[in-house]
Amino acid sequence: MRYAMAIDTRKCVGCSDCVVACQTENDVPNGFCRDWVKEVVDGTYPNVSIELRSERCNHCANSPCVRCCPTGASHFEDGGIVLVEHNKCIGCGACIESCPYEARYSHPDGYVDKCTFCIHRVRQGNDPACVCVCPTRCMYFGDLEDPNSKLVNVLKNRKFKSLAPEAGTKPQIFYLL
Amino acid sequence: MHTRRKFIKIGAFGLGAAAVTGVVSEWADGALADKPLLLNDKYVSGWRRVPTYCEVCFWKCAGWTHVSPEGNIQKITGNADDPQCNGRLCPRGTGGVGMYSDPDRLKTPLLRVTKNGEQTYREASWEEALDFIAGKMKEIAGKHGPESLALFNHGTPGKYFTHLLNAFGSNNVAAPSFAQCRGPRDTGFELTFGESVSSPEVTDIRDTKCLVLIGSHIGENMHNGQVQEMSEAIDKGAVIITVDPRLSTAASKSKFWLPIKPSTDLALLLAWMHVLIHENLYNKDYISQYAEGFNELKEHVRDFTPEWAYGVTTIKPELIRHSAREMANAAPSVIIHPGRHTTWYGDDVQRSRAIAILNALLGSWGNRGGIFFKEGIKIPDFPRPAYPKPAWSWQDTLNGRYPFAREAVTNTIIEASIPKPGMAHVVKGWFVAGTNLVVSIPLKEQLMQAMQALDLLVVIDTMPMEITGYADVVLPECTYLERYDDLRATAHREPTIALRMPAVSPSYQAKPAWWISKQIGERLGLGAFYNYKDFKEVLEWQLKQVGSSLEEMERIGLKKYPRKTPVYIANGSDFKFKTASGKIQLKSNELQEAGFDAMPVYTPHPQPEDGYYRLIYGRAPMHTFSRTANNRNLVALMPENSVWVNPQVAELWGLRKDQHVWLKNQAGIVSNFSVKVRITERIRWDSVYIVHGFGHHHKPLTYAFGRGVNDTELISRLSIDPIMGGTGMRGNFVTFVKTEPRKGGKI
Repeated sequence: MRYAMAIDTRKCVGCSDCVVACQTENDVPNGFCRDWVKEVVDGTYPNVSIELRSERCNHCANSPCVRCCPTGASHFEDGGIVLVEHNKCIGCGACIESCPYEARYSHPDGYVDKCTFCIHRVRQGNDPACVCVCPTRCMYFGDLEDPNSKLVNVLKNRKFKSLAPEAGTKPQIFYLL
Repeated sequence: MHTRRKFIKIGAFGLGAAAVTGVVSEWADGALADKPLLLNDKYVSGWRRVPTYCEVCFWKCAGWTHVSPEGNIQKITGNADDPQCNGRLCPRGTGGVGMYSDPDRLKTPLLRVTKNGEQTYREASWEEALDFIAGKMKEIAGKHGPESLALFNHGTPGKYFTHLLNAFGSNNVAAPSFAQCRGPRDTGFELTFGESVSSPEVTDIRDTKCLVLIGSHIGENMHNGQVQEMSEAIDKGAVIITVDPRLSTAASKSKFWLPIKPSTDLALLLAWMHVLIHENLYNKDYISQYAEGFNELKEHVRDFTPEWAYGVTTIKPELIRHSAREMANAAPSVIIHPGRHTTWYGDDVQRSRAIAILNALLGSWGNRGGIFFKEGIKIPDFPRPAYPKPAWSWQDTLNGRYPFAREAVTNTIIEASIPKPGMAHVVKGWFVAGTNLVVSIPLKEQLMQAMQALDLLVVIDTMPMEITGYADVVLPECTYLERYDDLRATAHREPTIALRMPAVSPSYQAKPAWWISKQIGERLGLGAFYNYKDFKEVLEWQLKQVGSSLEEMERIGLKKYPRKTPVYIANGSDFKFKTASGKIQLKSNELQEAGFDAMPVYTPHPQPEDGYYRLIYGRAPMHTFSRTANNRNLVALMPENSVWVNPQVAELWGLRKDQHVWLKNQAGIVSNFSVKVRITERIRWDSVYIVHGFGHHHKPLTYAFGRGVNDTELISRLSIDPIMGGTGMRGNFVTFVKTEPRKGGKI
């Protein structure tokens, strides 16, 4: 099992619903977020293009954050989900520095927090909150090892990219182009 | 003579009121497996989910409020059965809980009093506030008749005060959603097809092959169902064509983006007609069967070539031709989208007519992937006596103007509130419910003059919006999560009804609008119009009439009814449009008889002088009007607006990214607050863009105060549409002020 996500940049309108849904689902404190929307503008008027994409922890297969964690708080769960065990975390911030995606933040309660792929929902057979709420249905969550999944299907049929591949982290969020 | 109505800031009052009854709960960290709620899916026991429909915007998506065993609201999710949202609320709906938990909410009724020569508010009991209002209403009716009371409204609370005024003997009920928003569109489509596209719009975006957006920025205006359908259409390979001086989100997803010179849309629309007709691309069978006036139209657009339009619009002739051919290829599964906020330049009905005519030429009305026929279910009124017939009505405030205004025009009621010698119809009292007139109505001076002259101004709201500072009585309405409300009955592809019920009891002393209306009504001796104990009784009765029950609706939240009429015109069938002749009006005799152009004509509009830029405003997906700028869940996503400036313009002015500037309009009006500069290639060099709804100047809105700039204060020149009274607001130009214009001054 290998959980991953594909996000269709052609459909995303950048509304940030994924951000609010994550915040209310996961009690993310005001002023912080586990996911966010990036807008990249390219070209000069009137030959301009925009890419909108919802970003979060890439749940990398080769995770610098897991490697550098001195206490073992950052670890892999089944399906490759990267999690932080809050009561093992000492808040040193090494993982924050190591992450090429700036996906982690220091929670006011003293530990490091980030996207969990809504593991509590996934374990009950549901999609993450961001995927469920997205009005454009631009996100696909699933198991890369399941050849019948919608996720595998879109990745087979569309061009895609991942972010900062040069970091060699083997990210598991794919952006459909 | 009535005392001058001084603006009072509400913040100092209501602090002594009871604390909020519910707060968002905190989950213990790390307790992942115990997270009890599932978005959209199965409902886990121990928690309640309570049906509602959203009140953050007019789309009214049905959803569920999730309440913890301790009675706290955790989150709001969409109702999967609702075709308006398909189980997916937009960011505003998801963040709607911020409306409920807002610390700045109105907490108690407030009465304007004079203390030591100073006007101020004092907290009042409901009893006292309601007695005062009823007393004043009787006094005004005694002197001027009940018609002298008017209502300005938006959203659900409006219905109860409309009922109150109707029962009292007035139908002076207006909403900014007509003359400040969708009025021109509705009028233009009614004049052409005999009916409007309604709300939610009957555009078949889901199945379209080509969607044409003219200044409409779906995706930034987060009208949920439309955004979802646009995404589905993209998935299915539909072509999007966008006309906008700004690279909107939708434009960035378009095959053709036409970066038009602002104010020249009509020239483009005429050129498109020219191409469709003179290249023989229009739907001949459809036009000959269902439309009249084609030969006149053909003659009318003969000279409006793409080459002519190029000189006006700056859009290259080949782009005009290609995009028109693309539409024709997709026809009849094509939508020239009617838009929604269409009060731009004062000839907006004619522009909407041109859009309607294009739809007709392509045969889209009544065809799959074009514009479909809606069907809804009629919810009968709770039994009541007939309303008295008013001696005069809002139509009389038009004074012979705006012959095609089919809804009340806010501005003429405002005019009628400023007494002039010999005036036959004068308005002396206002109810304002759910609309912040100070930000939604342009021409601030007229509005202020009117408010100063009133004998009674009652504001009903959940928040201390700017308008509350001008009231004689402020009544705190509870939020939509704390009340029963009228059923949502939606006419769309499928008839649906949705229930809203309280998830928690009202915080502070806030009350539902139905209760406020009933209390005032009973004090006026109108008890027969409120022949029920509470609103549950009304809902029980109404639901019974449509074959449901409160018990059922509490369980399912949304009910669908089977359709009885066709969604599209059956192929080639004899179909009568709702116009006088039963035919689509390519040429409008109605308009001609009233002295207007029977077919749309392009009129040049004023252009900005050197150093000035056209002020374009629009929406962001995480905010609604000016009402969410204080919502803590949503401001985290977008705390303030910025002014979008083309890099060439920024260079000319030496503007840096995120530099604060003030905006000054052509009349010398300078914005209250400064705004951050966003330098971006997404905007034309002759225009600037800001998102509407920011720059609140009312300190009790503790978060929103002073953040960003309010476009309405810079809209001092209106181009009124003579056909229906719409207030065109896109004819204002601004320049940059780089240093603090009011040093040491106070706002």
